[in-house]
Amino acid sequence: MNEPAIRLRNVHKSFGQTQIILGISLDILRHERHAIIGPNGAGKTTLFNLISGRFPVSSGSIELDGHPIDGLPAHEINRRGLSRSFQVTSIFPRMTVFENVRCGLLWSLGYRYSFWHLLGGQRQLNEAAERLLEDVNLQGRRDVPAGLLTYAEQRALEIAITIAGGAETILLDEPTAGMSRGEADRAVALIRRVTEGKTLVMVEHDMSVVFDLADVVTVLVYGQVIATGAPAAIRASRVVQEAYLGTEVH
Amino acid sequence: MNENLAGNATSAVIGATSFARRHWLWLAALTIALVLPWLFFDWTKARHAGFVVSMLSQMGIMMVFALSYNMLIGQAGLLSFGHAVFLGLGGYCTAHALNAIKDGGFWLPVELVPLVGGIGGLTFAVVFGYVATRQRATAFAMITLGIGELVAACALLFKTFFGGEGGVSTNRMAGVSLFGWSYAQSIQVYYLIVAWTVISVWLMLFLTKTPLGRMANACRDNFERAQFVGYDPRMVRFVQFSLSGFFAGIAGALYALSYEIVTYDAVAAPMSANALLMTYIGGVGVFAGPVLGAVLIVLLQSGVSLLSNSWLVYVGVLFILMVAFAPGGIAGLIFMHQPIWRARRMGRLAAPYARILAPGLLVVAGFILLVELCSFLTIGAAQGKTFKLSSLTVDPQTVGPWVIGAVLLAGGGLWLRREGRRFGAVWQAVMEEIKAVRGNA
Repeated sequence: MNEPAIRLRNVHKSFGQTQIILGISLDILRHERHAIIGPNGAGKTTLFNLISGRFPVSSGSIELDGHPIDGLPAHEINRRGLSRSFQVTSIFPRMTVFENVRCGLLWSLGYRYSFWHLLGGQRQLNEAAERLLEDVNLQGRRDVPAGLLTYAEQRALEIAITIAGGAETILLDEPTAGMSRGEADRAVALIRRVTEGKTLVMVEHDMSVVFDLADVVTVLVYGQVIATGAPAAIRASRVVQEAYLGTEVH
Repeated sequence: MNENLAGNATSAVIGATSFARRHWLWLAALTIALVLPWLFFDWTKARHAGFVVSMLSQMGIMMVFALSYNMLIGQAGLLSFGHAVFLGLGGYCTAHALNAIKDGGFWLPVELVPLVGGIGGLTFAVVFGYVATRQRATAFAMITLGIGELVAACALLFKTFFGGEGGVSTNRMAGVSLFGWSYAQSIQVYYLIVAWTVISVWLMLFLTKTPLGRMANACRDNFERAQFVGYDPRMVRFVQFSLSGFFAGIAGALYALSYEIVTYDAVAAPMSANALLMTYIGGVGVFAGPVLGAVLIVLLQSGVSLLSNSWLVYVGVLFILMVAFAPGGIAGLIFMHQPIWRARRMGRLAAPYARILAPGLLVVAGFILLVELCSFLTIGAAQGKTFKLSSLTVDPQTVGPWVIGAVLLAGGGLWLRREGRRFGAVWQAVMEEIKAVRGNA
């Protein structure tokens, strides 16, 4: 009954001679919060780049909601309901916070490449943008150029841009990286709130965040899935502990 | 019913007042544009000053051209080295259209002829843009450079369309006018240019407030992010480039109407460089920046070029200084003062400004003297001119003037540096004060 939102079948990726992803098959079910963990260089971000269409796969197939998406350009995949954030904050730095969020909304509200609508007169669009700003607690910073926000604020803005288009499947790449404990807790609460009822896939290094947020955890080591399952099972798994967790879980 | 009418009239007045308040700067500029030719009107001979009218016409044309260029460099982050192609081709299309109208080939009032240039510019921008906008950044710049050279070469090869070295001559008086104007006088053409400049500026301002305009900014800032909100950056670049070509084409049409001849110069690289200079010096970050740049460059072009052979040197140095010290251009410099203006602290800057003015003038004087000495030593001598400062004749063959120039430049430079530091300190202090006041409020 619960179909996979994302289905990977034997996905490979190599850059020149270097193989990064060595045959990953994985189902990520709808409405699941799925964390991908693994040591540095395991290929977590590369996997995200493959799913979101930033890089083409070398072989294998990727499906989104039952339709193949491998080989499609990134914007096509986004239009089919998959949105992502980046490990290194990716926003529009010279535009205001409000404009950033509004850009995230434009395509999904059907404006396409319109040069005949005045943005100021689009009530539905502007109200949606204001609501999003409230959702991520940035309404007080509405007219500040995004490049001038604090780091934590920029991360929150990036999440707002990522969810703006109403995508059903959200990929977050290390959303709490570089944050203090308090900031990370607030970010987790925010992520939990705004991805309610959606499929969430995230790469995360912070184990407390992973075990707090995720329904399913997949462990990636050297481009291969070594385990996937409920957080408790993963924590208990000897294979995982040997390969990776033992050194990181306190 | 009467009440209703009165109400409508009041709201119309209120509407007009708020419109005037919001757009007073544009309205002021338009008023100046309309009135200025009459200040130079020769009442004894009942004639307009040809020089002034032609300079103002050129300003209008270049405003449209520079603003269309800023749709690429400022708004979309696309550095083009071949923008003259669309001005030139728009101009050629217009010239041919005017000639066809004269021969009875088709009917179009002169007032609407600029649309021919616009559509010509748009058509060629669609064709060339399809190739160029596949890329961004450096590769895009290279492709536009190639397109610029290609079209310039074609202008000399294909004589039927481009008329070879002689260009294509035309006659703006050949057509019908909606207002019964003959366009025999350049003042009539000037007002036509003003009208089309207003229309084009308004449309380009409108474009900055549309989804396309905003996504052009977004692709400039972070094209990858734009992709992950569903936009194809290439399509954004392509549409923006095409529309930019439309307005450059309108500028070209006004050029053709104004000069009644379109030659190789209109498509060639120096014209493209002109777009870059005007836009950058005026300021790419503010919508009106290129307007200021166009005014300044045309003033230098038509004013200083009468006085000096080396006016291009001054434009070049100005460009380098702007890029190095004021990347926001003139408009950026003006906008830097906005917080101080709002906090009503401009008075604090008056004295420091006066203090850097003196050494600044010395540096400029020294630099101009040295450049002119060089120029009179070479070109001036060849033209048999003598270097005169009012009644004083300067001989570039003697050491004296060179020493004076060098001393002015070096001494003024050292003095300017000292005053500049002091100015920076005052500026900093004022900004801190404003921040503190805001923090308390």
